[in-house]
Amino acid sequence: MRTDLAPEEDALTEGDGTESGDEDALHRRLGLTDREYNRIVEILGRQPEPAELAMYSVMWSEHCSYKSSRVHLGRFPTEAPWVVVGPGENAGVIDLGDGWLAAFRIESHNHPSYVEPYQGAATGVGGILRDVFTMGARPIALWDQIRFGPLDNSRNRYLFSGVVSGIAGYGNAVGVPTVGGEIAFEDCYSGNPLVNVMCLGILRQDQLVLGTAGNPGNVAVLLGAATGRDGIGGASILASASFDEESATKRPSVQVGDPFEEKKLIEACLELYEKDLVVGVQDLGAAGLSCASAEPAARAGVGMGLDLDAVHVREPGMTAPELLMSESQERMMAFVEPSKVEEVLAVAAKWEIDASVVGEVTEGDRLRVTHQGQVVADIPAASLTDDAPRYDRPLGEPAWMEDLWSNRFKHMTAPQVGPTLLRLLDDPSIASAAWVYEQYDHMLFLSTIVGPGNDGNLLRIKGTTKAIAVSTDGNGRLCYLDPRRGAARIVYEAALNVAMTGARPKAVVDNLNFGNPEKPAVMWQFRETVEGISEACEALGIPVVGGNVSFYNETEGLDIYPTPVVGLVGLADPYPSRPPRLDRVSEGMDLWLVGPVEATDLAGSAFEKVVYGHVGGRPRAPDATAARAAIDLAVELVEAELAPCLHDVSDGGLAVAVAEMAIASGVGVTVEYGDWRYLFSEDPHRFAFAADPASRERIEELAEASRTTVTRIGSFGGDSIVFVRGANRDAVDLREAATTYREALPRRLS
Amino acid sequence: MSRIAVVVFPGSNCELDVQWALRSLGAEAELVWHRQTDLADFDGVVLPGGFAHGDYLRTGAIARFSPVMSAVTRMAEEGRPVVGICNGFQILCEAHLLPGALIANRDLRFICRPVEVEIVDTGTVLTASVEPGTVVTLPLNSYEGQHTDPSGTARVVARYVEDVNGSQDRAAAIANEAGNVVGIMPHPERSSEEILGSDDGRLLLESLVAATDRIPA
Repeated sequence: MRTDLAPEEDALTEGDGTESGDEDALHRRLGLTDREYNRIVEILGRQPEPAELAMYSVMWSEHCSYKSSRVHLGRFPTEAPWVVVGPGENAGVIDLGDGWLAAFRIESHNHPSYVEPYQGAATGVGGILRDVFTMGARPIALWDQIRFGPLDNSRNRYLFSGVVSGIAGYGNAVGVPTVGGEIAFEDCYSGNPLVNVMCLGILRQDQLVLGTAGNPGNVAVLLGAATGRDGIGGASILASASFDEESATKRPSVQVGDPFEEKKLIEACLELYEKDLVVGVQDLGAAGLSCASAEPAARAGVGMGLDLDAVHVREPGMTAPELLMSESQERMMAFVEPSKVEEVLAVAAKWEIDASVVGEVTEGDRLRVTHQGQVVADIPAASLTDDAPRYDRPLGEPAWMEDLWSNRFKHMTAPQVGPTLLRLLDDPSIASAAWVYEQYDHMLFLSTIVGPGNDGNLLRIKGTTKAIAVSTDGNGRLCYLDPRRGAARIVYEAALNVAMTGARPKAVVDNLNFGNPEKPAVMWQFRETVEGISEACEALGIPVVGGNVSFYNETEGLDIYPTPVVGLVGLADPYPSRPPRLDRVSEGMDLWLVGPVEATDLAGSAFEKVVYGHVGGRPRAPDATAARAAIDLAVELVEAELAPCLHDVSDGGLAVAVAEMAIASGVGVTVEYGDWRYLFSEDPHRFAFAADPASRERIEELAEASRTTVTRIGSFGGDSIVFVRGANRDAVDLREAATTYREALPRRLS
Repeated sequence: MSRIAVVVFPGSNCELDVQWALRSLGAEAELVWHRQTDLADFDGVVLPGGFAHGDYLRTGAIARFSPVMSAVTRMAEEGRPVVGICNGFQILCEAHLLPGALIANRDLRFICRPVEVEIVDTGTVLTASVEPGTVVTLPLNSYEGQHTDPSGTARVVARYVEDVNGSQDRAAAIANEAGNVVGIMPHPERSSEEILGSDDGRLLLESLVAATDRIPA
């Protein structure tokens, strides 16, 4: 392996702690290395007490501290005039104009969902909601990006249905619509499914709340569910280690969600913000009370006294480390001026949630925790956050990349177009996701004007001319074949999806799902991915305002494909009165293609994977100029009301794209093409659209000014999907295509 | 002007949507907390969708004991319009203001999608302005959406065109004998504007607004 970057001086890549000492030492059982333990001793100038060790173990876990990724995350562009809150807070916040802000974040719940799919997915939803309403925002929508092994395996079916049920069970009951997302299946996710979830909230400018403790004298009020023994050490034990056959024994580390409690907590917090009763708020997720006291204190540069005896608990006899590490769900910490405590408790009582005064903000920098009259922890608050280790782990381009790139599939014969299309439409990663999203409430709040089943979603802010567009995209196969190109291409794809709703891209959040960071190949994939996302964001002039890193996605030593998922947020103002949708094609409309017609890139395509089981070759590099041109043209077409239906050419290529338009609208289509490769290639920055023939002249004018190729390649009508090449004619019955497409998931799950 | 109360239980979530849709029709719609016991100021009441009290124990089973329900019952007895949508329908059944119960969908899956519903009885506060036989598209959004009525006395107001969830007699909406208490499983407020996919729901909500308007304040 080639090492691209030498480890820095304090890189802790060796001596991770098994060369000496007691295997059963408490710090090791808590997931801390000997090196990290010694650093704690150095900070404190003494041996840590058990409660202190518990706090360091969760706060310094990979999940909470980003210790392996931080050195790379600084590469992201994070600034733009419309950024209100960038990375580092609970959620990113951007300005939408006229006093409106959008807050959003993406998170993973991969490991808990493998151990217990329903609760793992459910609490993932609960966690991301808290990240958003912590900022003062009302959460208005969720997106789930879920990836599993193939459905012919019964455990994968169990995981898939369990995760979908968990998302539905929690999301529907908590009263936040799930309006979109992604579903994908690959072998590499068999032992390690990916469950990512994004949440978007909106708020007025003056309601923004930060996770700060404020001034000395402020009171810490713990709101919501009682603290129990569930999820002890979830961040350090589950989320920050690899999997093996014993993982089932980790089930007690998975939390149990209660969406009703969360619903009441949302409403209570929103009322606290509206009445201006809080200085700052921090949610309790990973690392529980440890995080909710240390982070706000560190941000404000103050100390804090925390009284564990005041915490309302679910069961008696909990120890101090348990209270500090518990990841019981549906809890919030509010920092309140003393004169407003009574009012805060009254709001909590109205919403029938428990509230306890558990601490006080103090001068200095110490976080001092007492339990049963004893001081059980007395440490610098910022040492839990700012002094967390940072590893510049060795990285190197894996030797297999050259082999992968040279392993191009040799296409000796042309495939039969019709049967190939049906095979692709039957692939669970491509097929209709209706079986999934019809189990999610995706309409609540009357904001969803472009819902699931479309490339991007559009959510209006009622009573305004504004609508927020969101698309979430990932492509593990592409990123495996070339992490940098793949990562850049998913950003461009998400941006194009947002543009096709009529919105301009504004900002990105990312969820970086990777294997074991202790392997140089994985760290190389990670660095390349960060680079790819950064390059694409810079080319589009949009910042990264938040994200999440999930490492150790390996089971039995097998790493997943590097799988970044981006959530891209855009703004349409004014939003289109009749937004384009996939089902808005009418008989007689023209079919247009934007981007090169003669596209032949099949590396990493669904076609090669589904038809030949081949994953190899090097996917085409993205082209920033072409990407921008396609994005601009999409927005212009929508603004000019020329295109009632636009659809990106991605998984399955042009053939699948036009078939999806035809199926959704119930109208046949005839496409002319020159070479079969043009139908299945997945060259980036291309989209198809339908338009009235009367619009041809105006479309050609826009196209001419657009610096991209726009070609009329067919027309809609009839009841078949027809591909014409010279005298050759392949036809697929529209009803058969629709049935194949819609039944692919249900028939595998029944 | 009609003045309609929209009840908020802990766990309700469609109250703002119902309020938005009623206001767009010119009605005065006010949110009322479930602890309120007096609805004398109102000409009608809507119990909106959601998960009142978490739907714990059984859908609507706890909500029927919320303090507001005695006032809702009084309104029903006085002949004023009382409409339950989705979870509100479940609560009206639990409160015995409507017959039968709502149980899990036949396929044991949550269903969120627009469905076609035929209005078969126009003698109620929710359907008086609709032509009999009108087919409207309304979004369904429920897990316990299958109406069952062993007594067989339910007055069916609207029927699913296709059997989507196993409801007895394909009932999507039912009413009491007087026609002033109506429970409907799909959501009229979710199809109250063309941009949401359909504005068919306005027909029903307009009936409600008209019905409440007739009552002298």
